[in-house]
Amino acid sequence: MATAFQKVYTTISQITKATCSLKAKGVGYDELATIDGKLAQVVKIMGDDVTLQVFEGTSGIPTNAEVVFLGKSPSLKVSEQLAGRFFNAYGNPIDGGPVVEGKDVEIGGPSVNPVRRKQPSELIATGIAGIDLNNTLVSGQKIPFFADPDQPFNEVMAMVALRAKADKIILGGMGMTNDDYLFFRNTFSNAGSLDRIISFINTTEDPAVERLLIPDMALTAAEYFAVEKHEKVLVLLTDMTSYADSLSIVSNRMDQIPSKDSMPGSLYSDLAKIYEKAVQFPESVGGGSITIIAVTTLSGGDITHAVPDNTGYITEGQLYLRRDSDVGKVIVDPFRSLSRLKQLVAGKKTRKDHSQVMNAAIRLYADAANAKTKLENGFDLTDYDNRCLDFSRDYANHLLAIDVNLNTEEMLDVTWELFRKYFKLEEVNIKKEFTDIYWK
Amino acid sequence: MTKGTVSGVIANMVTLRVDGPVKQGEICYIETGGDRLMAEVIKILGQDVYVQVFESTRGLKVGAVAQFTGHMLEVQLGPGMLSKNYDGLQNDLDKMEGVFLKRGQYTEPLDADRLWDFTPLAKAGDQVKASDWLGQVTENEQPLKIMAPFQMEGTATVKSIAKAGTYKIHDTIAVLTNEQGQDIEVDMVQHWPVKFAMTNYKQKPRPFKLLETGVRTIDTFNPIVEGGTGFIPGPFGTGKTVLQHAISKQAEADIVIIAACGERANEVVEIFTEFPELIDPHTGRKLMERTIIIANTSNMPVAAREASVYTAMTMAEYYRSMGLRVLLMADSTSRWAQALREMSNRMEELPGPDAFPMDLGALISNFYGRAGYVYLNNGQTGSITFLGTVSPAGGNLKEPVTENTKKVARCFYGLEQDRADKKRYPAVNPIDSYSKYLEYPEFAEYIKEHINDQWIPKVLALKTRMQRGKEIAEQINILGDDGVPVDYHIVFWKSEIIDYVILQQDAFDEVDAVTPLERQEEILNLVTDICEHEYSFADFLEVVSYFKKMINLCKQMNYSPYKSEQYYSFKQQVQDMVAQAAQ
Repeated sequence: MATAFQKVYTTISQITKATCSLKAKGVGYDELATIDGKLAQVVKIMGDDVTLQVFEGTSGIPTNAEVVFLGKSPSLKVSEQLAGRFFNAYGNPIDGGPVVEGKDVEIGGPSVNPVRRKQPSELIATGIAGIDLNNTLVSGQKIPFFADPDQPFNEVMAMVALRAKADKIILGGMGMTNDDYLFFRNTFSNAGSLDRIISFINTTEDPAVERLLIPDMALTAAEYFAVEKHEKVLVLLTDMTSYADSLSIVSNRMDQIPSKDSMPGSLYSDLAKIYEKAVQFPESVGGGSITIIAVTTLSGGDITHAVPDNTGYITEGQLYLRRDSDVGKVIVDPFRSLSRLKQLVAGKKTRKDHSQVMNAAIRLYADAANAKTKLENGFDLTDYDNRCLDFSRDYANHLLAIDVNLNTEEMLDVTWELFRKYFKLEEVNIKKEFTDIYWK
Repeated sequence: MTKGTVSGVIANMVTLRVDGPVKQGEICYIETGGDRLMAEVIKILGQDVYVQVFESTRGLKVGAVAQFTGHMLEVQLGPGMLSKNYDGLQNDLDKMEGVFLKRGQYTEPLDADRLWDFTPLAKAGDQVKASDWLGQVTENEQPLKIMAPFQMEGTATVKSIAKAGTYKIHDTIAVLTNEQGQDIEVDMVQHWPVKFAMTNYKQKPRPFKLLETGVRTIDTFNPIVEGGTGFIPGPFGTGKTVLQHAISKQAEADIVIIAACGERANEVVEIFTEFPELIDPHTGRKLMERTIIIANTSNMPVAAREASVYTAMTMAEYYRSMGLRVLLMADSTSRWAQALREMSNRMEELPGPDAFPMDLGALISNFYGRAGYVYLNNGQTGSITFLGTVSPAGGNLKEPVTENTKKVARCFYGLEQDRADKKRYPAVNPIDSYSKYLEYPEFAEYIKEHINDQWIPKVLALKTRMQRGKEIAEQINILGDDGVPVDYHIVFWKSEIIDYVILQQDAFDEVDAVTPLERQEEILNLVTDICEHEYSFADFLEVVSYFKKMINLCKQMNYSPYKSEQYYSFKQQVQDMVAQAAQ
């Protein structure tokens, strides 16, 4: 990689598991370098001492390795040629195709000025009632699935992506198994949408620290299409827990004091920098958008762990999947799931009764959960309890299950039908102006 | 001025070798690749100075030159700040070019060319002290005072003052002669270092005036006062921000300052999309006219996040000095604490609990201490009411930020996951939350005079009923519906009435979102009547169905416009139900 005019350093003074240090001059912070061809980045400068983080690890690096500074931060060449291609964490093709030509853009660029954003207001229809009815998604939103590793989050995410009518879908895979990678590839290719998909993949076979580049690569590509091509871009990031794990590896090797759950103290800012790239631009700058749907895997459903906890404070809601044993299907859990932006479209872009119907149904579903607890504790159930339980089964089966595909109007009609079937008017607690119309 | 050269870089912490004197907290600008990066001194070791840079340090090299300014982080205070969107360092975000925030771009916070209608308040020969009022301009129909320089020492004599007329902010509007006989030219702009509290008032008494927010669970149950402090801790998804926005829309304040500190950009967008359309319920003017936004969202540089809350507080103190009632909201103070932690970590300081710096508690209490109700030197009053949110890690309230805040804030609005899951919004826990002001005799006196002497006793009685209702709910859970006497069910459902009718409130419903104090009083009386009535039912199913019907009617009443025909009709139906209930 060295060219005639670059200075080559050949004396490394210190090597740890992840870093190499050497004496060098004129080096910029964040700058890239190669060490015997391996990519590394400047993470610390103290006088002449420069510390480099080596992405693939330092195994095999000798003290006399050739170090060449590249004079720039990690970057990606962006152009329309990105569409339909698969890349690794460095933005190099892994699909055997040609190298992409285009403008070289540094990744991890500056944030959007908040006053140049537009309030998101465009509904993303997924056909899944657990999402559209209870946790409506809006373009420009950032929302993760909180899921245990055995849950079908990748399948749901792929389905959502394909139904979402995005101009581009950008997949950032971090620590993804090869099987899941092939799943996405086949699903998108079978749907005939490969030409609007761009993937940056780091599989479990690749070095863990490389993962840290994936979200920035994916989002740099997303910003290109959203800002310059004014497109609606959907970014899928799976799995952000692997990303955070890599952060903790690096901070540990840099001798930083860990905070909760061995995560670096800067975890919140690190995650926010990624998720806040989600944006809706106003018409004046082309009206493009970036929507981020991510996956945060949990360990044993524990959401107090630092990764899901910090994520929850950053993202605009979260979606939980759960197997409902009563109906034997995977449902979108209505209790813990939340889309914070839903009120921007619910009742505004959808039918006016949307919010009230949604809340009433969830309240009754909660009553059913209480009845279930009563039943399990051996108490007698009242007539109301029994009706709640019957309602909850129908509700889970016809609406919450992830195999549902309806439009929101149909979802609302189905819910009203269930209300009428099981309850009295005063039990649903809905504003009179709506019961007058829909309680028939 | 002192100069420095960069000798080391770790993320946003940079070490400089300096050639002259440097002040702790001094601001310097580091030049790199054509950009000027603003930085603040945080540690000095001989000739080596540690600074935190308010921007990305990408590409910064050893040897880059830094120029010190001689002053600490300051804000400019003057007319023209209302309705503005600033970043944490008081850059006017609307004046910045491009879609993305360019590194090293700083913009003027005030508009130097705008003309203001000035009216003098002081006259030649008057004796004035720092912060005394010299004149007045009007911004967005809000009279603003032009004051003697905040830093001025001793008493000065007004030598001359400008005649009524139009002036720009940097025009001299008065000349003062100080005790040493020197003349001081005064314009409309003040400078103040944000980390120092302004103490330009005569006295800070215990606050006692109810601050109406239109949120029933606050006003009725746990009131906050003008000049009071409160905090809202809660796990994510329990509605901290919705509650804060509701308060900032509805509260009876002259100026509202919202510090979006390390939170989502879309929440700020929501404010400046909606506030220009919404009407201040107290003055009928646009909400944006009284609002200032300090936006340092979570993706903006961390060091500026710490500065943002101080910037907001200093602006609040400026308006308080004019005798205005300021409401300051910070969302979220945990992000500020995390910014402190990140820096303390890079400085390799010994960590305190959860890796936060050891002086976290002191910083939080000093900050809350800057709020308050004050008597100014001229006898007028002003106030800063401060409400901060706290985002406890894992929703666990036993963490340093919550614990330290609890020691200083007088109102506690604890948001509860369980209530949020059940969609009982606002999810403020009715049992654990408190307002210390309810115990202030000054406050009781004020309520007696301005509402009535039954208000506080009634509120306290309902609180006891909530507590009792919770205890009974637990017993019913253990013993089953038939395992407790029917009377127990009545007590439980009375607490449900209080919960559904007073505490729960639909922030997204046009009518229910805001409840004026007068209407709250009617609801309080109605609910008290319902609760004080003795009922007798044959079995618990009757209890449930009776109270469910009652709740439904009360909710319809809450959704009806105040004093509308519909409202009275629902209210009458509720009263009839109570009257006809078997005793």
